[in-house]
Amino acid sequence: MRAPLEWIREYADVPAGLTVAEIVDAYTRVGLEVEAVHTVPETVGALIVGRVLEIEELTEFKKPIRFTRVDLGPGNGPDGGDAPRGIISGAPNFAVGDAAIVALPGTVLPGGFEIAARKTYGHISDGMICSARELGIGEDHDGIVVLDRDAPIGSDARPLIGAGGDNGAVIEFSITPDRGYALSIRGLARELAAAFDGAYTDPADRPLREARQGRDVQILDTTRCARFVALEATGVDPAAPSPWRIRRRLTAAGIRSISLAVDVTNYVMIEFGHPLHAFDAAKLDGGIVVRRAAAGETLRTLDGVDRALSDDDVVVADRARALSIAGVMGGEESEISPTTTDVVIEAASWDPPSISRTVRRHRLPSEAARRYERAVDPAISAIAAEAAGDLLVRYGGGTLGGRTDAGASPQPAPVAMLASEPARLAGRYFSPETIVHRLTQVGCRVVDRVVDQAGDGAADRAATGAGRVFDVTPPSWRPDLTRPADLVEEIARLEGYDSIIPILPAAPAGTGLTAAQRRRRRVATDLAAAGLTEVLSFPFIGAADLDAFGFPVDDVRRSAVRLANPLDVDRPLMATTLLPALAATALRNLSRGARDLALFEIGQVVRPDPGAPAAPALGVDARPAAADLERLFAAVPSQPMHVAVIATGRWERAGWWGPGRPAEAADVFGLARRIGEVCGVPVTLESAEYAPWHPGRCAAIRAGGEIVGHAGELHPAVVERGGLPARTLALELDLSALGMPAPPVPPAVSPFPPVHLDVALVVGSAVDAGAVTAALRAGGGEMVESVRLFDVYTGDQIPEGKKSLAFSLLVRAADRTLTAAEATAVRDAAIAAAARRTGAELRT
Amino acid sequence: MTSSAPVDPTDEAAVEAVAAAAVAAIQGAASLDALAAVRRDHAGDKSPLALANRAIAGLDPHDKAAAGRRVGDARARVGAAAAEREAVLRAERDRAVLATERIDVTLPTDRYPTGGRHPIRAIMDRICDVFTAMGWSVAEGPEVEAEWLNFDALNFPPDHPAREMQDTLYVASRTDGYDAGYDAARGDAGSPTAARAGSGLVLRTHTSPVQIRAMLERTPPIYVICPGRVFRDDALDATHTPVFHQVEGLAVDRGLTMEHLKGTLDHLARAMFGPDSKTRLRPSFFPFTEPSAEMDVYFPDKKGGPGWVEWGGCGMVDPNVLVACGLDPAEYTGFAFGMGIERTLQFRNSVPDMRDMIEGDVRFTAAFSSEI
Repeated sequence: MRAPLEWIREYADVPAGLTVAEIVDAYTRVGLEVEAVHTVPETVGALIVGRVLEIEELTEFKKPIRFTRVDLGPGNGPDGGDAPRGIISGAPNFAVGDAAIVALPGTVLPGGFEIAARKTYGHISDGMICSARELGIGEDHDGIVVLDRDAPIGSDARPLIGAGGDNGAVIEFSITPDRGYALSIRGLARELAAAFDGAYTDPADRPLREARQGRDVQILDTTRCARFVALEATGVDPAAPSPWRIRRRLTAAGIRSISLAVDVTNYVMIEFGHPLHAFDAAKLDGGIVVRRAAAGETLRTLDGVDRALSDDDVVVADRARALSIAGVMGGEESEISPTTTDVVIEAASWDPPSISRTVRRHRLPSEAARRYERAVDPAISAIAAEAAGDLLVRYGGGTLGGRTDAGASPQPAPVAMLASEPARLAGRYFSPETIVHRLTQVGCRVVDRVVDQAGDGAADRAATGAGRVFDVTPPSWRPDLTRPADLVEEIARLEGYDSIIPILPAAPAGTGLTAAQRRRRRVATDLAAAGLTEVLSFPFIGAADLDAFGFPVDDVRRSAVRLANPLDVDRPLMATTLLPALAATALRNLSRGARDLALFEIGQVVRPDPGAPAAPALGVDARPAAADLERLFAAVPSQPMHVAVIATGRWERAGWWGPGRPAEAADVFGLARRIGEVCGVPVTLESAEYAPWHPGRCAAIRAGGEIVGHAGELHPAVVERGGLPARTLALELDLSALGMPAPPVPPAVSPFPPVHLDVALVVGSAVDAGAVTAALRAGGGEMVESVRLFDVYTGDQIPEGKKSLAFSLLVRAADRTLTAAEATAVRDAAIAAAARRTGAELRT
Repeated sequence: MTSSAPVDPTDEAAVEAVAAAAVAAIQGAASLDALAAVRRDHAGDKSPLALANRAIAGLDPHDKAAAGRRVGDARARVGAAAAEREAVLRAERDRAVLATERIDVTLPTDRYPTGGRHPIRAIMDRICDVFTAMGWSVAEGPEVEAEWLNFDALNFPPDHPAREMQDTLYVASRTDGYDAGYDAARGDAGSPTAARAGSGLVLRTHTSPVQIRAMLERTPPIYVICPGRVFRDDALDATHTPVFHQVEGLAVDRGLTMEHLKGTLDHLARAMFGPDSKTRLRPSFFPFTEPSAEMDVYFPDKKGGPGWVEWGGCGMVDPNVLVACGLDPAEYTGFAFGMGIERTLQFRNSVPDMRDMIEGDVRFTAAFSSEI
């Protein structure tokens, strides 16, 4: 909402010396956000109101050019004389007798454009007749600014265009959805007056003239339309221009001047906040009907678009057809034309949600709809129509005719508020006088009463606010005030939020983060300490990602939640795996010159449950029933917390210490175990085939019997399709699936010396070391303190298809020093188990 | 020096001469090895002073005491001189040897890359720590959320313009592909309005649905801080991103007022921006709070000089919200607040372009240490 300050000040009596900055501060303090302040840029030098005396049309040029003689009043003619000046103009929009704004030679217009007398089109042009754009007061450059004919010829034009000083300032507000009334000069002036405790004049506080009943108006849908006023004006001069004051104010408010009839309706909309619509009465077939559109009905709106209407749209119609989309936009057929002499002015009250739906359905925001979606004062419909009608006949001639006022303005319901309620919410005390003063200021009617709920002489306590109640009737323009809390906000904001003293509340003693939260932090901190960089990717994927990662058709990761209006049409699905987005981040880094990368991300993935119930439609008047809540929560797809890693390039860098080492599968296997360790859940790895990993270099990560993730080298085909470096590594693990461990119980730490035994075993090359290790450990029993694989050998000394695994066993008893014989017995038992389970043979 | 004639322990001049010769020899020793030889000759078992010492036993008793003192004193002087010389020679040797063992301490040590946590996560953790220190708990929730929890329960009427304040990403209805696997041939899933009616699910536009979940699942007093990722249908540029993070707070208890809201925000401001920081409230509108306010923070280290920066929104929990969660607004009051983390990081750490926070360039994250 752009509002000229001088217009606001017409109705708000605030100190004359206030600067724009002080006024902006005051608005901010009471809760109206100012986005910008626009001022008319400065013109240096003579800017004079002149009258066009003669126009000579020059036709020999490519475009029509006019040589004019302009009377600029005494002393403003050539050489300081009184004679008219000759000025060239290309503007078509003025006639002899019109008043215009002339920049004399030597004048510098906004933007540094200096006017000089110069020869052009065969004449000396001794000044310039200015357009709105040249003066810096608008965008219009199709013609010059034409002032009213009674404009003071010879005088400084600056006051007429608001240049010089704060009074020409236009304040641009960002109005929150609850304050529809502030989309008007009327509302903004009320706020400004309240902010300074100044006097306020309500522009809508004017008597309504008696009028005869006008044309028939039938409201067929009274829930969508509470009130409809139709006011007729006849005999209006269609060529009559809008006065400069109206055009100037509309332009400043960001509204283009169109014709007198349209301009006056817009003018009243800006001033009163009540949208109006002007119909050409000659185009109407009989009375007016307010009804729902018929399905399939069409209407060409003012913007020239044919619109297919829904039966949820409301239209203003005549006997024959729809004339306008109610409260949103007029129809082209019945709009004011250059020949319109009889006008019907509509002032109606529409149901806000209905307007909102229509705006969204037709993607048709408008100044009228913006107000109707929020709040339009239904009590002033007839007054607003008459204000527009008065302006119309005043400047366009003709007379006001009949008026029909159908429906009625709803009466706001009173709100009972305890006098203690403001303090209960705001914390600070407000006296009853302050409460009444502030609520009255915003337009409420306040009735003070004492209730004796306790029956113990409430009158005595009334002075302290206890037992005292205000019955507050909100004004017709404030449908947002329905509860005591709404009233408290009005009191608190006008008294100033700065008057509230900060106090730190004492929450009950807590227990800090949850185990899952601590775990997630530890994993992140540990991966960072291990040299990985955390990234945060957008969680969206598309078909191309799923295909590039080679997920089989029945893979659970292809079952994704789809967005109706995705940010990226190629990625309309919610990620079921973190890897595609993480790979994209890796690629971005690589494209920027990085070579060695180890990235991780911790985030939710979305795994829809095909059997989930639909989200129930629930009310908000009370806590939903337990069963309904259960269904609501069940309708939300499961969103487990995953951790994922992508690594490529060198894991260890080369340097003066020697060569580097490329990242290899063992590094991400190590990360899997490391994650298990910091979570307190031991994980084991086992060979697996799972997309998108290399089938021979993929480990399933198992914890507590469940597979919780996978790690390894990406499949060469995935790497190739994704444009990733060869041998890129990846890990993805479901942190939510890792159980919470019981508090660990440490082993009895034996003080006796250990026996170190080395064992070399020969096994088939397909046998996993993990299986042999487990067998040794199981076979050796509880005296085996550790089994550590320290070498893997294949070569000449080993048969083809076999490999040699060398283990170091640490054997120790809890209660004695082992003898050599006992240690050997443990070793032999371990080897026997390995032989039995994995076919291992002792290497000789 | 070879052993010479035995020294008479009663001959003061002779004892002194031997001692002086020993001290001189010790002081002349050029190396630790030479010192060891000198010690053997002048202070060893067969040295003149040792022999003189032994000879004391055979003296007249009345001479013993004086001779003992004399020889003992001489031996002590020799021993002290030897110890002193040894310390000097050892220090010389150490200097020479350790100098050859010098290494270049400026050689690079970056054998393993340095990792790092994302600053957005680090700053969220920091905020959560401020609140857990006050006894609050950290509440979290899903990113794909029920529309009822994201909007209805938060007092957004179905067709109210307030819903338009937050351009929402809607989940398509099941018949449009939800959970049915991806069908590449299927085009646009339809208009947002249709989808709204269909799935009843949205990408949460704020972390406020976590507040609703907290109020539905817990009983007052409730003091929760809700960090998380949120989504708006917004264009990505230097100061906006459609996927961003918020931290919101909610307190519901008996007797909470705007004073407590302000006190909590001031405390957070001091924790995040230093002891001179504070907040101020400007009246505003949110469907889920009444009264509502925009919150500015006074940032002493603001780029270009100390000043106020828009930080977030806040207010007293709207009675309709309490009612929808089954809490009696006459018994309980509450306050809530929230702020964008990308924006916080942007002005607090002078990040010119928000895109750097979401693109995952390791050079950006490397600039932050784990303590933010």
